[in-house]
Amino acid sequence: MVIPLSWYLILAAALFSIGFFGVLARRNAVAVLMGVELMLNAVNINLLAFWRAIHPAELTGQIFAIFVLTVAAAEAAVGLALIISIYRSRRTIQVDALDLMKG
Amino acid sequence: MDLSQLDLRLIGVWFNNMLAGAGLAPGIISLINWVVGALLLLIFALTLAIALIWIERKLAARLQDRLGPNRVGPYGLLQMVADVLKLLTKEDITPLEADRVTYNLAPALAVFQVMMAMAVIPFANGVIGADVNIGVLYLMAIGSVGAMAALMAGWSSNNKYALVGGFRVVAQLLSYEIPLVMAMLIPVLVAGTMRMNGLAEAQGGWFGLGWYVWTLPTAFLIFFIAALAEGERAPFDLLEAESEIVAGFNIEYSGMKFAWFYLAFFLNSWVLAAVGATIFLGGWQGPFVAQIPALGVIYFIAKTLLLFFIQAWVRATFPRLRIDQMMSFCWKVLVPMALLLFIAVAVTLKLGLPQPVQGVALLGLNLVILLATLALVSRAQKRSVGAGKRAFAPELPRL
Amino acid sequence: MAQQALFLIMAVFTLGMALGTVTSRNIFHSALFLVGSFAGVAVIYFLLEAEFVGVAQIIIYIGAIATLIIFAIMLSRSVTGQNGSPMNRQWAFAALGAALLFAALAWLFSRVDFGSTAQPVPEDAIALIGAGLVTEYVIPFEVASILLLVALVGAILIARERHS
Repeated sequence: MVIPLSWYLILAAALFSIGFFGVLARRNAVAVLMGVELMLNAVNINLLAFWRAIHPAELTGQIFAIFVLTVAAAEAAVGLALIISIYRSRRTIQVDALDLMKG
Repeated sequence: MDLSQLDLRLIGVWFNNMLAGAGLAPGIISLINWVVGALLLLIFALTLAIALIWIERKLAARLQDRLGPNRVGPYGLLQMVADVLKLLTKEDITPLEADRVTYNLAPALAVFQVMMAMAVIPFANGVIGADVNIGVLYLMAIGSVGAMAALMAGWSSNNKYALVGGFRVVAQLLSYEIPLVMAMLIPVLVAGTMRMNGLAEAQGGWFGLGWYVWTLPTAFLIFFIAALAEGERAPFDLLEAESEIVAGFNIEYSGMKFAWFYLAFFLNSWVLAAVGATIFLGGWQGPFVAQIPALGVIYFIAKTLLLFFIQAWVRATFPRLRIDQMMSFCWKVLVPMALLLFIAVAVTLKLGLPQPVQGVALLGLNLVILLATLALVSRAQKRSVGAGKRAFAPELPRL
Repeated sequence: MAQQALFLIMAVFTLGMALGTVTSRNIFHSALFLVGSFAGVAVIYFLLEAEFVGVAQIIIYIGAIATLIIFAIMLSRSVTGQNGSPMNRQWAFAALGAALLFAALAWLFSRVDFGSTAQPVPEDAIALIGAGLVTEYVIPFEVASILLLVALVGAILIARERHS
């Protein structure tokens, strides 16, 4: 194998950290969702890198990655529906403005 | 002369031998091959676009009892050259409030998407940019990038008509992608391969006429209707419905950038026709192809032009649909039909019938599903028309 | 060598796009950066010889998820303007946390030997995936399809306009 496994893992770690930052720091709910998507992508890179480096003959890694993709699609659909619904009733999707439950 | 020597692949073999003879490393040779192949496809696409635009304009004119372009060159053949020159000299306008980078990127992305799709189209046996083993899947992936280009153009123009055009892109392209893909997967089920060249090879029976359109006519019909919508063509050209949203997502574009969208539109139509020809009409298959391989190119181009002709014919004939009619047609008619057909074909293939019986069974199945859908649609139509009559009937004077 | 160079270019591209996604002031630009990042990750998958997942990444992430995200942004257009900072008050702590997380993970990954076996990928990996999804992994496959159906119905129900 030409590219060492650790390179992929470090790339995935960097991508995960960037997504993590996005989730914690952005005010816009759609941007938070984008951060989650980046984190899921990082997880998939890890899954495929381990699959390729350790057990390429078994397909568990690839199949797992496909399921992560499926779950990501479901998550995006429901998340965006929630965001649109919130926008309809509150006219904003800034997460820090949605403090109705705060005492 | 030995006719079996008329094979386009031999040019490639000769070219590679020449490069190897010049003492180049294998890596460099494949690099040169890729670059030359990409350039060939590019030149072919640009020439083809001019021809397609001429065919479409001339045909539409004839169907509408006009003459069409007839001033520049014989039969107006050079009209497109004149138009391109005109577009090149037009002022290139970028709206002040536009999002500059996105606005300039969108037309490039639109052309890029179509050119990428051309890489997996087999022009003759083995004459294909890249015969990847996931050809059909690759086409779906590349097709989904096209919606992105229109979306970018619609948003970045900062124009409400362009924005509405962008919304319609999402609604239309995403919805019609589902029946399109389902219809494309049915021949994949039958052939057992996703390779584009393999799909064409699988249709070589009956003297080169064993095309899937004979056994799977309904799948072809679904594919063709969905391809009309995917290619943004009338009666589904709601993205650029002049009477509603002026020109749709490309309203602010002028000069060369508009020409890029125009180019992408015609090439996209052709690519969809080529995919349909490869998957359902046998691609390069035809009588005597095994003896004279060069005939494959002629068959293939003829089939794509036939499908393109039908597309242009439909465009010149049918009025545009309303957006809600179009969406409900996709979700209530095409998608259930494609799903049902897909399952039925999969079950039939698993029965393990002998070859001719299986073909007849598939054909029967297709016809049954088509007729049942037509019956259901016409019943629903009658009911809704009846309901409409009651709703809008003038009140009768009470006695 | 060529592969390593390609990997480095794509890694820098992907991370740059991801940074653009989380820092851009304009939410539409964020979404476009996100598309670029997804495309970069797809290339990484191709480098890993996982062609099927790479193509699925383009279809699902770029074709569906990114398009949906842009759609949602366009629907809530009045908030796309630059009203105030895109970051909330805790962004400095978030940046610090993310940097620490990355440092810890990178330190871990560069030290541990996971025992790579330089085996080749099977020739017909895609056919194996197809067969695997309907034999060994059929229950997760069915569960995933039910999940998608539930998400579909749920999304329609949540986002539906209520006519009272």
